[in-house]
Amino acid sequence: MPPPRIYKTEVIVIRQVSFGEADRILTLCSPELGKIRAVAKGIRRHKNKLRGQLELVSRASVSISRGRNLDTISEAKTIDSYKPVREELERLTIGLYLAELTDNFTVEQASNESIYLLLVETLELLGNSINLHNLMRRFELNLLKHSGFDPELYHCIECQNELEQRDHLFSCSSGGVVCTNCRSSTDVLLPLSVNSMKFLRFIEREPMFENLENLKVSTKSQTEVQHLLRTYLRYVSERRLKTTELLDLTLT
Amino acid sequence: MMNDSGQGTDGPVSKLIDQFHKLPGIGPKTAQRLTYYLIRMPEEEAKDLAEAIISVKDKISLCSRCFNITESDPCKICTDPKRDNSCICVVEEAMDIVSLERTGSYNGLYHVLHGAISPMNGIGPDELKIQALLVRIENVTEIILATNPNIEGEATAMYIHRLLNPFGISITRPARGLPVGGDLEYADDLTLGRALEGRESF
Repeated sequence: MPPPRIYKTEVIVIRQVSFGEADRILTLCSPELGKIRAVAKGIRRHKNKLRGQLELVSRASVSISRGRNLDTISEAKTIDSYKPVREELERLTIGLYLAELTDNFTVEQASNESIYLLLVETLELLGNSINLHNLMRRFELNLLKHSGFDPELYHCIECQNELEQRDHLFSCSSGGVVCTNCRSSTDVLLPLSVNSMKFLRFIEREPMFENLENLKVSTKSQTEVQHLLRTYLRYVSERRLKTTELLDLTLT
Repeated sequence: MMNDSGQGTDGPVSKLIDQFHKLPGIGPKTAQRLTYYLIRMPEEEAKDLAEAIISVKDKISLCSRCFNITESDPCKICTDPKRDNSCICVVEEAMDIVSLERTGSYNGLYHVLHGAISPMNGIGPDELKIQALLVRIENVTEIILATNPNIEGEATAMYIHRLLNPFGISITRPARGLPVGGDLEYADDLTLGRALEGRESF
């Protein structure tokens, strides 16, 4: 039996590109259908019924009809527009960063419910969290985990020996911490201090954000972990992160 | 690139089809239709059209103050003595000025940013005419941030607000509300919410 012509799902709008006179091509992240690319016809017109229902970084329920090349959105209703995220430049920029990462780490026609749920949860927390840095680190690490690129933080990725409590190095190509004995001269390695490693381990094992929100981390560790995760995310997705420039400009 | 719809025709025809096809909102079929319409057009009219295109490219430039498109620099709006030069309305595109002028409700000056901050498309604050706005704020009492009410326009407005805030100028944003002639039932939650927040005494 052929798939139904019209399908309904819940989505988060993660990317939009203006197209034609008043259309937009939207990239949507759905829990059961993975990434969807669909055209929203006439959405930029004031009188269009889709207008305002499918803003970037908002959650909506949609009806989409299958097309030969691109699917077309026939109906949409916003579930949550994450209003507090839209009202502050820092939170808004982080929202765009989360959307870009989700776009880089999801593929069309491959469901990934855990990434969808992580994005929904993070956007909800983003509205009123007081620790935006830790929230981003948590999203980054969990996104890697749900994509199958969970970094190894307890054993040396080369010799499998348990890591001692001291400064180590991180290898993006091997996807984990490398002990000093195993460091190869050809691999690009990132510094990982013992405090940064503890911070990463804490994020990894702590399911609730409340405990992470109150965790104070030194600026050095925060910068080191931010650099490490961003470099690893770029390495895995093989894409440049475009939103980080504005993120660094707005986030103090 | 040779257009499919120009196959079987001579060089100039397919070349024109290709040129029309590059324009926004024009697909291969429309490009073909326009080309064949032009072929049937009296020569005089076709030449007028060609000249109009050339003169637009020759005579039109950007105003060095507000970055609106203009024939003379500074533009007519910037040099008009009747306009209130203590108020600047910031817009994304020069086309937005046309819409705002049509309302007849605004008599101040403009500033065209030529885009909005769109980090996912690689457009940051440095790609826009934001620094040129900061140079203009002397003797200005109000800045209206009339960027589009979408996420990119909001981000741009918030970014400029942050830059201008220390100068003590009144910074405003056009009200978000219900469109004339629309039904309340079809209003989205954000618009309706903001329309309620900004309600006025009747």
